[in-house]
Amino acid sequence: MSPGKVGSIMKADVAVVGAGPAGLAAAVAAAEAGALVAVVDAGAQPGGQFWRHRPETVVPEPDGSGHHGWRSYVDLRARFDAARRRGQIIYLPGLQVWMPEKNDAGFTLHTTPAVARARSEDAATNDPAGSGAGNGPAGSGTVVARRLVLCPGGYDRQLPVPGWELPGVMAAGGIQAFLKGNGTLPGRRFVVAGTGPFLLPVAAGIAEAGGQVLAVLESSSPAAWLPHLRAAAGVPEKALEGAEYAAVFARHRIPYRTRSIVTEILGQDRASGVRTAKVDADGRVRPGTEGVYDDVDVVGFGWGFTPQMELPVALGADTRLDADGSLVGIVDERQESSIPGLFLAGEVTGVGGASLAVIEGLTAGAAAARERAADKADASRATRHRRFAEAMHHAHPVPAAWQEWLTPDTTVCRCEEVTASQITEARDTLGARDSRSLKSFTRAGMGWCQGRVCGFAAGCLAAGQRVSASAQSLSDAAKRPLGAPVSIGELASLETDS
Amino acid sequence: MNASSDVLVIGAGVIGAATAYFAAQQGLTVTVLDKGLPASGTSSACEGNILVSDKELGPELELTRYSLAVWHGDLSEHKKLWEFESKGGIIVASRESSLASLHRVMTVQTGYGVAVEELDRDALREAEPHISPEALGGASYREDCQVQPMLVAAHLVRLATEAGVRFLAETPVTGFLRSGDRVTGVRTPRGDFAAGAVVNCTGTWAGELAALAGVNVPVLPRRGFVMVTEPLPPMVHHKVYAAEYIDNVGSSDAGLQGSPVVESTPGGNILIGSTRERVGFDRSVSTSALRLLARNATALFPFLEDVKAIRHYHGFRPYCPDHLPVIGHDDRAPGLWHAAGHEGAGIGLSAGTGKLLAQAIGGQSPDLDLSPFAPARFGSPADPTPAHHEEATA
Ligand SMILES: Cc1cc2nc3c(=O)[nH]c(=O)nc-3n(C[C@H](O)[C@H](O)[C@H](O)COP(=O)(O)OP(=O)(O)OC[C@H]3O[C@@H](n4cnc5c(N)ncnc54)[C@H](O)[C@@H]3O)c2cc1C
Ligand SMILES: Cc1cc2nc3c(=O)[nH]c(=O)nc-3n(C[C@H](O)[C@H](O)[C@H](O)COP(=O)(O)OP(=O)(O)OC[C@H]3O[C@@H](n4cnc5c(N)ncnc54)[C@H](O)[C@@H]3O)c2cc1C
Repeated sequence: MSPGKVGSIMKADVAVVGAGPAGLAAAVAAAEAGALVAVVDAGAQPGGQFWRHRPETVVPEPDGSGHHGWRSYVDLRARFDAARRRGQIIYLPGLQVWMPEKNDAGFTLHTTPAVARARSEDAATNDPAGSGAGNGPAGSGTVVARRLVLCPGGYDRQLPVPGWELPGVMAAGGIQAFLKGNGTLPGRRFVVAGTGPFLLPVAAGIAEAGGQVLAVLESSSPAAWLPHLRAAAGVPEKALEGAEYAAVFARHRIPYRTRSIVTEILGQDRASGVRTAKVDADGRVRPGTEGVYDDVDVVGFGWGFTPQMELPVALGADTRLDADGSLVGIVDERQESSIPGLFLAGEVTGVGGASLAVIEGLTAGAAAARERAADKADASRATRHRRFAEAMHHAHPVPAAWQEWLTPDTTVCRCEEVTASQITEARDTLGARDSRSLKSFTRAGMGWCQGRVCGFAAGCLAAGQRVSASAQSLSDAAKRPLGAPVSIGELASLETDS
Repeated sequence: MNASSDVLVIGAGVIGAATAYFAAQQGLTVTVLDKGLPASGTSSACEGNILVSDKELGPELELTRYSLAVWHGDLSEHKKLWEFESKGGIIVASRESSLASLHRVMTVQTGYGVAVEELDRDALREAEPHISPEALGGASYREDCQVQPMLVAAHLVRLATEAGVRFLAETPVTGFLRSGDRVTGVRTPRGDFAAGAVVNCTGTWAGELAALAGVNVPVLPRRGFVMVTEPLPPMVHHKVYAAEYIDNVGSSDAGLQGSPVVESTPGGNILIGSTRERVGFDRSVSTSALRLLARNATALFPFLEDVKAIRHYHGFRPYCPDHLPVIGHDDRAPGLWHAAGHEGAGIGLSAGTGKLLAQAIGGQSPDLDLSPFAPARFGSPADPTPAHHEEATA
């Protein structure tokens, strides 16, 4: 069996999808428990979203500047590389799982080369284990394993706003990924807006890299944390992180405006400014508070996160709505889902940050390898982190009145150019009250991104004013039987049992 | 008890929607109930081809031609609502033997008035420049057209509602009201609904509903997968499919069959559909189905090899063992009517089915003889369909 060849089949005890905080931890824990582990990750090198860094071929020894929890990464990475040298981890970067299957043998993962793979990031053929490159040349292939740990992470949740289809409008995480992956910024003058503590590292990162942050607009207010201070105090390192960001903000004089939103992106062919306003606790615009920022290159939005649920949903794992309105997988204390042998860790069990993702990954990996009970200390740390996350979700909700910010011709689905009025009309006259019928009637979510960007917003619009999308509606939206685009040629040469 | 109506339609798929629409046009009072939202069954997991080219001679071809006339006639004012497009179909033969069968089929079809034109090698390439070099020739059917099926169902329900029809979503029918033999209405969690005529338009669920009324209507599911590509500039101009497709349509073989219908949508995505297999209501993804679609499609259009699929979906065609739909009054349970089992042609046949049924329910003699579709052809419940139809669900 030669790993990594086109059309090859790789066998392992445990397969891990994702090499971010959760996936790295799961792989390491499973390997250290004695399992043979295969790690499939769309990225070109380990780290995932949070610990994304410059190509190791360019910067062989990243120092972790601009990163949090880098010590944790360095530790996990050393253990990961050691396990690879022992032959216990087979690392398959640059591959996306487009379809998972459950069968008698356990799980089968069908993979395809990741779509947006920068050339410079391509894994070299004969790199020794220990570099960021993988085991052999990347090509489509199949991984078969008795147990599966899914750690596919999430991405920034987006809400439509007039003008957001203009170039220059990015996901906040997209700016950060650009910076972490290239070491440069996608512009000079930035506005960062949305809600939640994740806006802070993005803005701080921009400023530290020499960009100018004209403002951070936070729709919520610090007072929203007051009922949740106990939960927040349970995770003191978060307060510490917060203090560090505050220092960065002060040093670079970044204005942090609460109860504020972007109401419109200005610009002809690309974003050149934003209109802003103050909002009340529900998110309704307060008349007379409008303002404008001119000469803006990039606007970054983040309204919390959307866990990447297609793989768990495709395998039939039970799901629920989390406190932030996201669809997440249900797991037990060992991170096992409703499907025996399928473990979930990281954002797909609830958005909770990188530290929680690591703890969950360690638990899931160990459990997948040898079915031991969860570590008590890990369990109580996880509980504290989850309480903190829940407090955060309550303090930084998607504003109830966000639908009122839209004009009738605001684009909601950017791929298919579907407007807000087309959606509300389909809802009101054709009875499109869930994301599935909305998609059928308006094409919202039918384009290249398959509703990954607009799915949440479209689901809420279908449900009606001030209502959030139901678990059923979000789960229908997450039903993407192709987890990633795959060429017809690859499908034509699929190995099947019949 | 809710207010009673002349007609109660169960199911708001494309068939129920068309039936309600035309019943209202007849001046009848109509109630429509669906257990979900409009177009939430097979009508939202299919394609929207209205094909003359693939029909067997006999009642189905006649119903197809009648339906075409309704699409172009009664319903023409609404064409834009459901993206009606007369793009024409092309059947391609890549083997001498299939070319010969295609020629035979064409001769017969011409005799029945189907507009078909032969395409030699060059004419085929002029019509479809990206067709495989292997393709020997083909036949062009200009009557073949298409609609967006979900929009058909949803807009027909909306238009019907505007004409006074009462529509209730999320209202499953759980039983029938009887007066002796007669069916006089339905039971639902929202109360009972009385009606002069109760119409079973529940697609693949039609057998289940019929059983609730104590009659046998053997509608079974036949699974089909469809693949969707990334959006592309126009590369495929007609509905293009291989000559073997015609053989598959009428087949009773439970095994996986497929011959691609390749076509582009207004959005630029190419649809590759669809497989046919009898596996009950199995929703698990079949890699062999995907492979078959991919192989067949690239054989027709080699450029598809490097094109990305972004999605696939599947639905269950409602079919009867004799491959004819069930349309008409059920003499075994007076008051009960059926319009179901349209298999892979329900979208195209909906217009004609709805209009004819409305005529019959309204007491007129329908424009087309419905007796070949009569429900009673399946006999009494004590005389079930032959057991081999059950094995398809194994
Ligand atoms: C802008 C931003 C700021 C943040 N700031 C903080 C912060 O300050 N503090 C904090 O604690 N957390 C922060 N986070 C959150 C943190 O990034 C996540 O909690 C953490 O990354 C979750 O880890 P994960 O392993 O679940 O997912 P990820 O790190 O997202 O890793 C998932 C990996 O899976 C891969 N993958 C996904 N799908 C597939 C597939 N089908 N096939 C193959 N591979 C796949 C991805 O390519 C990726 O490499 C921030 C996130 C963002 C976006
Ligand atoms: C892959 C595929 C491709 C196809 N391509 C084409 C094509 O190109 N052209 C074409 O003409 N046809 C095509 N078809 C066939 C076509 O989709 C069907 O024939 C048609 O949709 C059937 O419509 P229907 O209204 O009978 O059923 P459905 O659309 O399934 O509607 C039945 C309705 O009944 C409701 N219902 C069920 N039980 C109850 C209950 N107890 N109470 C209340 N309501 C209930 C359901 O919720 C549903 O909405 C295709 C089918 C498939 C699967």
